[in-house]
Amino acid sequence: MTAVLVVAGAMVGAPLRYLADRAVRSRYYGAFPWGTLLVNVAGCLVLGGLTGAGTALPAPLVTLLGTGFCGALTTYSTFSFETLRLVEEKAYAYAVVNVVVSVAAGLGGAYGGYAVAQALTA
Amino acid sequence: MSGDPGAATTVRRSQAPVIAAVAAGGGFGALARYELTAAWPAAPGHFPWATFVINVAGCFLIGVLMVLVTEVRVTHRLVRPFLGVGVLGGFTTFSTYAVEVHGLLKPGSVGVAFAYLGGTLLAAMLAVVSGVALTRRLARR
Repeated sequence: MTAVLVVAGAMVGAPLRYLADRAVRSRYYGAFPWGTLLVNVAGCLVLGGLTGAGTALPAPLVTLLGTGFCGALTTYSTFSFETLRLVEEKAYAYAVVNVVVSVAAGLGGAYGGYAVAQALTA
Repeated sequence: MSGDPGAATTVRRSQAPVIAAVAAGGGFGALARYELTAAWPAAPGHFPWATFVINVAGCFLIGVLMVLVTEVRVTHRLVRPFLGVGVLGGFTTFSTYAVEVHGLLKPGSVGVAFAYLGGTLLAAMLAVVSGVALTRRLARR
């Protein structure tokens, strides 16, 4: 049952990542991978919130949204590959900014989501 | 082309198989991640090895895949959406990584938090570089 929830959440999260990336690319033609950054930070915010809510939320919902949806919405493989692409294109500053901003904003999202959920469920 | 009222519909319709491939691949990748994490759970305050290995392996494999589909051979148009965006995107995760770092940033496990934070970044970048370089070298033979 749990596996079904993981797959169901992922089957929404992964295409949403793809569509968000396409939507960003159709509006912005630069080299910086804004699409992946956006979905990664959004996923960290939501998963941070789910974690902060703790037992206030039913476990199956956390599996569906956390392990399934957020897990598949966010990606490490595309993040690392796009960073390597920036290095190969000699856009070194963009590569460094991508790593620093992804990690900082991802952690910030996780912290923010966690804090808000804790405040709401306390 | 610009006067063709069916053009937009055609473009949108042709996206459906791609989205389906991404969804199916994402389901597979996430299931593999879930099974690995369940089999290898991290105790509180300890290094989350399952997520680390998942993310590093996924980064190596995306390097291999991208060289294969963009430099080595012409593949079916759904291969990259299914394997790259879907399976590997669903397998690897940035949100669990960030939330695990957040969870470790507590008295007693701050060192583990920074080792995990930096270790994943370093290993992931080395993995994607190795995947790309190794596949290029093998393809040149």
